[in-house]
Amino acid sequence: MNEVYFYATCLVDLFYPDAGMAGIQLLRQAGVQVIFPEGQTCCGQPAFNCGYWEEARDVARTQVALFPRDLPVILPSGSCAGMMKIHYPELFHGEPDETQVRAFSARVYELTQFLVDVLDVKLEDLGEPVKVTWHSSCHAVRDLGLKGEPQALIGQLSNVELAPLAREHECCGFGGTFSVRQPEISGAMSCDKAADAESTGASLLLSTDGGCLLNVNGTLEAKRSPLRVQHVAEFLWERTRAR
Amino acid sequence: MHVENEVIFRDAAAKALLDPQLRANFRRAMDGLISKRLAQFPDPRDLQDLRDLSTAIRSRSLLNLPELLEQFEAKATENGIQVHWAETCEEANELILGILRSKGARTLVKGKSMVSEEMHLNDFLERHGIEALESDLGEYIIQLDGETPSHIIMPAIHKNKDQIARQFSQKIKDAKYTEDVDELTAMARKVLRQKFLEADAGLSGVNFAVAETGTLCLVENEGNGRMSTHVPPLHIAVMGLEKVVARLEEVAPLYAILTRSATGQAVSTYFNLITAPRGAGEMDGPQEVHLVILDNGRSRIYADPQLRATLRCIRCGACMNHCPVYTRVGGHAYEAVYPGPIGKILTPQMEGVGVRHDLIHGSSLCGACAEVCPVEIPIPEILVRLRREATHEDAGSNVAGKGTGRTAIEDWTWRIWALVLKRPALYRVAIWFATRFGKALPAGAPLIRNWTRSRTKPVPAHRSLQERMRAEGGRHD
Repeated sequence: MNEVYFYATCLVDLFYPDAGMAGIQLLRQAGVQVIFPEGQTCCGQPAFNCGYWEEARDVARTQVALFPRDLPVILPSGSCAGMMKIHYPELFHGEPDETQVRAFSARVYELTQFLVDVLDVKLEDLGEPVKVTWHSSCHAVRDLGLKGEPQALIGQLSNVELAPLAREHECCGFGGTFSVRQPEISGAMSCDKAADAESTGASLLLSTDGGCLLNVNGTLEAKRSPLRVQHVAEFLWERTRAR
Repeated sequence: MHVENEVIFRDAAAKALLDPQLRANFRRAMDGLISKRLAQFPDPRDLQDLRDLSTAIRSRSLLNLPELLEQFEAKATENGIQVHWAETCEEANELILGILRSKGARTLVKGKSMVSEEMHLNDFLERHGIEALESDLGEYIIQLDGETPSHIIMPAIHKNKDQIARQFSQKIKDAKYTEDVDELTAMARKVLRQKFLEADAGLSGVNFAVAETGTLCLVENEGNGRMSTHVPPLHIAVMGLEKVVARLEEVAPLYAILTRSATGQAVSTYFNLITAPRGAGEMDGPQEVHLVILDNGRSRIYADPQLRATLRCIRCGACMNHCPVYTRVGGHAYEAVYPGPIGKILTPQMEGVGVRHDLIHGSSLCGACAEVCPVEIPIPEILVRLRREATHEDAGSNVAGKGTGRTAIEDWTWRIWALVLKRPALYRVAIWFATRFGKALPAGAPLIRNWTRSRTKPVPAHRSLQERMRAEGGRHD
């Protein structure tokens, strides 16, 4: 596997560019050439989830067109990867370009999924001892079907202790537009998630998804918690990069 | 109408969230149910096999629903069960009132039935001078307080032992105050035993109706189902028209997955198979058995190939037990007969997607419900479909109230969203502004205000990833 495409996702582009850079570096470190097409915007998930399928399709079409070659498309997000891999075929069902979209969807991977399942990378931990905990993104696991790939990568790091998070598979309360349409329920879920994360005694909460990170981080900051969040790509890259 | 209804669930949920006792009751109960269920499915492959089989049985039953209903009616009638059909709840209520009046019945003792809740049968009968007493312990508890069920399997789950102790000491005649669960149960039992003996009629729900034998299956734990259907001279059963399965052997896997998913039990304490009224020479059983089969919007749901999956439901309640929203707000916040994830897809389809727009958006689409559903109902997918239906009037769609949740503001939001995101040059400008001035957005701006109720304001990076990649001169092709 010599070349791959990288799809930033809008949340990583705007809020977590370091995670995007780290993802690209991890792929390069594994000997892969990364192509980063111009013209990327959003996978279209927010409109799709709200029922505005024409609008979602319009945007999705422009994104699919950026990846014409038969190469894997790597995303630093389980939720957006789930949208492109699982929901694009539904969204384009019966459309004239369904076949092309399906072919594109088959090439989509979440970053850690690609690092583990395809590249089988071996990481060497160069960092100081640290205790972290893991937040499992609902869409990464339930939509896309991640099977512990990010935890497997973290497990390769000899100086990292992974503390189990109570109710690891419970939603953090983000849910895209849900967070502003139902702010009370969403806020209650986020506060519980933040409290569970704090009680692990870890200094960092890691996840594959910018939405969850943005949500949990905002909640932790609001309660002035010392616990920080980080995208798993950024964490892995920081600990394994040769200095 | 839409704007007004958008907030029913939000407001009720916000109120529930302020009640620490309620939240603690639900969290404890749901955590317990989750671990009990898990203990019943030690091998995920066995669980998946049983789900696949159950899903296949329910899907096939629905595929042949009209034929199976006819076959069931013929067989049940042959067995001596009198079958009635009701298109609406009003019709079903009138039918039941008619049956009761024809027998001169004044008192009705009820086993647990969610369809009767759907019909608001108790209120209806009370208005017509007939006393309807709930005999399921949970239902009995909430009836004392004039409440509705907060869970489809455990209707009084919102209350803890101490609350029930106080309530019994106030509401049951000559009851002394005790927090001992066995003593509390014995108190209710004493009242109910007498009612079973005195009641003119009994009413029950139905878990499965078997077409080949004309049998009604009833799953329960307290024996009140058997008492309600067995002791009074008249038994009336009510069910939704989706409950039928073809063969008796298909009930076994459905029953196995129902009790395990619902309460984490390998079997329930009672499993009743009701096939006929009391026969000649038999010592017990009702002299007459009637069955009311209710539509109430189900045939409309049935007509849509995707939404039909809603009717696979076997009412185990696992979706609510595992729902992070339900766990926090409880069942009453939904202001609907069926709460939780299944209620979020069922209620809007029955009452209209625009009217209950609040419910279909009251989900983070986390998928915990679909993951545990014993008959694999894709609840998040159906929620997204109903969001579509609420805001569009697609030709060919038969969904109740389609398009009635549409607002100009949401239309324009997504139009502008698409306008920007399908033009990378515009996106680039928007991101440039966000990275330079995003910090300056006031925390009290619309939508951001909702976010910052419990969080700090999200702050964009100084330079976007795309800007940095351009600066790096990376490969773009």
